[in-house]
Amino acid sequence: MQVPAPFEYERATSVQHALELLRARGPDARLLAGGHSLLPMMKLRLAAPEFLIDIDPLAGELGYIREQDGELRVGAMTRHRALLESDAVARHATIITDAERVIADPVVRNRGTIGGALCQADPAEDLSAVCAALEATVVVRGADGDRVLTMPEFHRGPYETAVGDAEMLIEVRIPLHPVAGSAYEKVERRVGDWAVAAAGAAVRLHAGVITRAGIALTAVGAGVTSGAAEQALAGQPPSEATFAAAAELAARDCSPTTDQRGSVEYKRHLARELTLRALRTATARALRGDA
Amino acid sequence: MQVTVTINGEERSADVEPRTLLVHFIRDDLDLTGTHWGCDTSNCGACVVLFDGEPLKSCTMLAATAAGHEITTVEGLAAGGELDPVQQGFIECHGQQIGFCTPGMLLTARALLDANPDPSEHEIREAISGQICRCTGYSNIVKAVRWAAENAPATTTTTTTTTGA
Repeated sequence: MQVPAPFEYERATSVQHALELLRARGPDARLLAGGHSLLPMMKLRLAAPEFLIDIDPLAGELGYIREQDGELRVGAMTRHRALLESDAVARHATIITDAERVIADPVVRNRGTIGGALCQADPAEDLSAVCAALEATVVVRGADGDRVLTMPEFHRGPYETAVGDAEMLIEVRIPLHPVAGSAYEKVERRVGDWAVAAAGAAVRLHAGVITRAGIALTAVGAGVTSGAAEQALAGQPPSEATFAAAAELAARDCSPTTDQRGSVEYKRHLARELTLRALRTATARALRGDA
Repeated sequence: MQVTVTINGEERSADVEPRTLLVHFIRDDLDLTGTHWGCDTSNCGACVVLFDGEPLKSCTMLAATAAGHEITTVEGLAAGGELDPVQQGFIECHGQQIGFCTPGMLLTARALLDANPDPSEHEIREAISGQICRCTGYSNIVKAVRWAAENAPATTTTTTTTTGA
C-alpha cells in the first residue's frame, strides 16, 4: 500500500492565507493543488513535505481563462479539463488544446491544474514546453508583491522553478498575436502515459515571413526552449526546407536518455520528426487565421 | 483530524490522519468496499468515484481534501432498489467479467450520460480511456453504456431520445 509519509495539513481559504502559511512554514511547506503530480510522488516517498497547504479551495479564485490587455490570462488553478474545453484557448493557443487532449486521461484531467503542472516541473510534463513555445509569462506572488517571469526565468530544470519558499504561482499569461498559429505533437506508448517525446511550435507571421517561432521539446533533455531552431526560423519564409533545418537543430540541441520508453536514437528521431510536424501544423493554422 | 463528507446522500464522518487517501477512507473508515483499490498510481481507474458529480481517481486525493464535498460510490447508484440504467446495461450486455474495473466504469458511465445522454462509441471510449479493464472487455462495456443511453428512464436523464445503436 502506497501512503505518503506523515505531514501536517491545513486548507488555505484565500491566496493571502496560503501566502501567510507559506511564510510561517517556509521550506518545510508545499502547496497541494490538484494533487495529481505531488501525491503520487509523496506516495513513492520521493517527496515528503512536513506541512501541506491544500489550495483546492482556491479553485474558484484562481480558476479562470480570460482575454485581457492583449493576453490570454489563465489562473493557476485552472484544471486541464477547463483548458481542453475552452473555446478561447482553442482559438488563440491551439497548442494547449493539442497538448491537453493527450495529457493523462479524462479522469485525471478533471483534477490536475496548469499551475501544479508547471510548478512540479516534471521533465516529461507537457505544459512547460507549451508555455515556453508560446512565450508565456507567469505571475509569481509573494509578500512583496508580484513578479512576472518568462518561462526561461521560471523553469530552472527538472523539478525546479524560480518560485521561492514563500511564493506561489498565480497566473499564466499568453501573448496574443494577429497572425499566429501553434501546435503540439506527442508520442506516448499508451493513453495516459508520459511522453516518449513531444514538440511544440508557435509561429508568428507577417508579410509572408516568420517573425518569431517558439520551439520547445518535452522529455528529451532539451533546454526550456530550442534556441538554435528558433533562430533558424526567424526572418525566414515558411517552407519545408526551413522547417527541416530547424527540426534538425532542435534534435541536435537536446540530450535524451535511453530508458524503458525508448533509445537515445529513437527519441532524437522523434524530436526531429515531431518538431517538423508541429511547425507544419502551426504554420498552416497561422495562415488560416485559425489560432 | 475529523473528516466529514456527504457520501451517497448521507453525511459520514471519521477521525483520520491527514495522509489518509480518499480510497482508504471510503473502504476502511466508511466500510464502503464497492470502490476498488487497484494500482495505487492513478493509472487503472478501479478506484473511480464521483466527486461533486465528476469522476475522480480516489487513490489520488486526500480524504482531507474531500471534506465537505459530495461523493457517489457504486453503492449509491441504485435508487430505491432499482438498478441504475448503466448497471442494468452491464447485465444486459455482459459488460463485466471479473468485475474489478466495474464500479469505476459504472460511475464514469453515469457521469458521461449525465453530461451527454446520447454519446457516440468514440465518446464512450474517450470517457473510459483512463480506466483499465484487466479482462479487456471494452467492447461489451461500450455496448453496455450505449444500452443505458437507449434505455434510460425519463427520471435519470433530462432527455431520453433514443436512436438506434
